[in-house]
Amino acid sequence: MSTTTSNLPQGAAATKDKSSIIGRGNKDGNQLFRDWYQELTTAPSRGEHSAYVFVMGSLAEVLQSFDIHTIFPEVNGLQTAVRHVADDYIAQGEDYGFSADVCAYVKADVGLQLRGGDHPMGKIPKPSMAVYTNACNTYLKWAEIWERMYNMPSVTIDIPGSRAAGRHTWSGHVDFENDLKYVRGQIGELITVCETVTGKKFDIDRLRETMHHTNVMMERYERLIELNKAKPAPYNAVTDGTVYLGVANGFRGRAEGAKYFTDLVEEMEYKVANGIGTTFEEKYRLVFVGVPCYPIFRRFNEMFTEWGGAFVGSSYMWFASGGANTGFQYDLDRPLDSLAEGLLVTTRDAMDTMFYSNRNIVDTIEPFGIDGVVYHPIKSCRTVSTGLADNRRAVIEESGAATLFVESDHMDKRVVSEAQLKNRIDAFFEGLATRRVRQSAGESR
Amino acid sequence: MPRLLDSYENMSIDDALIMCRDLVEDPDFPTVKKWREAGGKVVGHFQVYFPEEIVDAAGLLPFKVRGAQIEPRHGESHFGSYLCSILKTSLEIALGGQVVLDMFVSHPICDSARNLAAVWGRNFDYPCEILYLPQNPNSSHAAAYLRGEYARLAREVEKIAGREITTDQLRASMTVFNKNRALLRELYAIKRDTPWLLAVDEAYVLLAVGGMIPREEHNELLSWALPKIRGRSATPQDRMRLVFSGGFCEQPPLDLLHTIAQFSYVVDDDLLVGMRYITEDIALGDDPLANLASAYLDQSSYSPVQHDMNKPKEHMLLQQIKAANAGAAIISAAKMCEPGLDEQVAYTKALDDEGIRYFVTEFEERMANFDSLEIQLETFIENLLFA
Repeated sequence: MSTTTSNLPQGAAATKDKSSIIGRGNKDGNQLFRDWYQELTTAPSRGEHSAYVFVMGSLAEVLQSFDIHTIFPEVNGLQTAVRHVADDYIAQGEDYGFSADVCAYVKADVGLQLRGGDHPMGKIPKPSMAVYTNACNTYLKWAEIWERMYNMPSVTIDIPGSRAAGRHTWSGHVDFENDLKYVRGQIGELITVCETVTGKKFDIDRLRETMHHTNVMMERYERLIELNKAKPAPYNAVTDGTVYLGVANGFRGRAEGAKYFTDLVEEMEYKVANGIGTTFEEKYRLVFVGVPCYPIFRRFNEMFTEWGGAFVGSSYMWFASGGANTGFQYDLDRPLDSLAEGLLVTTRDAMDTMFYSNRNIVDTIEPFGIDGVVYHPIKSCRTVSTGLADNRRAVIEESGAATLFVESDHMDKRVVSEAQLKNRIDAFFEGLATRRVRQSAGESR
Repeated sequence: MPRLLDSYENMSIDDALIMCRDLVEDPDFPTVKKWREAGGKVVGHFQVYFPEEIVDAAGLLPFKVRGAQIEPRHGESHFGSYLCSILKTSLEIALGGQVVLDMFVSHPICDSARNLAAVWGRNFDYPCEILYLPQNPNSSHAAAYLRGEYARLAREVEKIAGREITTDQLRASMTVFNKNRALLRELYAIKRDTPWLLAVDEAYVLLAVGGMIPREEHNELLSWALPKIRGRSATPQDRMRLVFSGGFCEQPPLDLLHTIAQFSYVVDDDLLVGMRYITEDIALGDDPLANLASAYLDQSSYSPVQHDMNKPKEHMLLQQIKAANAGAAIISAAKMCEPGLDEQVAYTKALDDEGIRYFVTEFEERMANFDSLEIQLETFIENLLFA
């Protein structure tokens, strides 16, 4: 076995029964997802409350402590795309008045709301409230749509991000403390709203419990990302990664989520220990930057795997986890202050990995043994996509990495041209092959 | 510092407006060049609102970065598709050397603008940063936060200026800007009350030129121009009174505004609304920075890029139309401008509910052909007048 991972693995995982471990992450993840949608579908009949939230800064720990379900419209949207029904929802959003040039997630959600929540995975309840950060500006515009549709409390949690590349402040710095006080104050205001919505008194021990589950999840999530340094990589950071992301968001702050990631790390450690990769021979190790192409999710990935291209890293696993990749650990002795600090630090990281990710990408190349960087900006998402062309220039200049830049969309198949994508991807791999031959020739001289 | 505008005191108001138009359309930004040639430093700030008082108090020139009508030959390659033009042309004027800055600041007004600071920072050595204006103005903690954020900005500006900003200097700048906003309110009052004296494109150039000269000098220009505009001899015509919406960030070409002015009176708009975002005089007081912060939250206008539960934007638009005694609205948005395009939906539904007629369109700062727009607009106006 060949691996570049420094501290791999480890104990019991290496001796487990293979059949009970391999593939467990995807199988359990998919089951959890089905259960989750079923839970959401039946929530209104039990008189339970649901909040519309987003993946970057969901405040799941607070909401779960009030037994409020979290509903992620981004997840609902991508599910329609993967199931090839997004166009119907998007068309309904456009009929309502939204431009062809705005985020298709938003339009699909408008379609979903206009259908009374009818979704391929179940029935999405109406919101008792909405909670959204500024990690993506479209979150704010999106929430304004719900505000106009539903008479419900709507809570912004405004989280200042990094002011410039690499300029981070930490506890004790006057600027950090100013940001922290603002975020902490807004969490207090959110709690008041949750009390009003549910009629329940805030229970700080319940919050500790949900934060503990998130602590376990974030610690495992960070480890999960680290494990893909192994050669071959034990999972595909785009396809498998999307399953993991779904659980990381949907089950954040819950015991099921903590257990899932504990089991997942065990599976991946086992695979690494036994030199087991994904389902094909890994020839090129790639990092993916952007948002997956859900309308042709499987095929998009195949266009890479057919050449032996393995996605071992993905910026999507950074920002769409809301910064869980940092492994941040809440201090349960001071839960509210620590929750504010964690929210600030992790959401800031999520934003950094969209706006300033050239640094993260360059830092990934050597430890993950990256052969190429695949940029996939999408029409729908300016948050992720606006800076990618310039980001690519910076990465090439600093690292000399081979890069591919292909544009499409994560929802709207009108913007997805499979033939054009394949052309570009094929040429990319031909280039990678040539580069490898030249490198070999250079080394042999 | 020398005066940046050429002498206009002996010009007719029409000639002075042409001078302003030339400056606003000049992609070489000659006033900014002149400022630099005299040894001055420049802080470029992207749309929409920026507390220019802080930069002015440090003796620097706050320059409103609002794109330009140029082909983004350098800028294009730094961005992907599906993006608004102002991003590309704003970067272009810096990459092409038309404008040299000492600092660049963007804001979290939209996802593209936040990215712009990162893109800018990867291409220039001077400080490029994001000023995090609060997106939760309804929080009781927002004012204190923003005061702290302004203090942080002031420290960064002081580094560029090489000197401290004193409280008295800040008060002095706030006094200048209070006067500027009062003069701009007068300008808009002329447009609202006697629109036959001042077309939308003329008012626009008088406004926009303020973003590229010190505000003291803009005050002098406005103080000279306003009485002359009031003294014009034009007579009222039977034209539809309109509110133009959609110019809060990327700016429509002047010829587009001129086309609209041929058929209508634009009695209010959101063009460069950031320069008029604070709607009342800001108190100076013992803590001017705190007052500057509070004004952004509590004494301010609205735009699609500020989320404020107390100012639902469609209600604000309806109020604006009513206050301006307008009969219809042009609901415009820059191409690929997500906040603007999103807001069009809420605006048009609110206008439908109120029975107010409107014309929906999109524009791009570099568009050059207005024939189609002209025909559509003419038809719209005729429908209104003769229906």
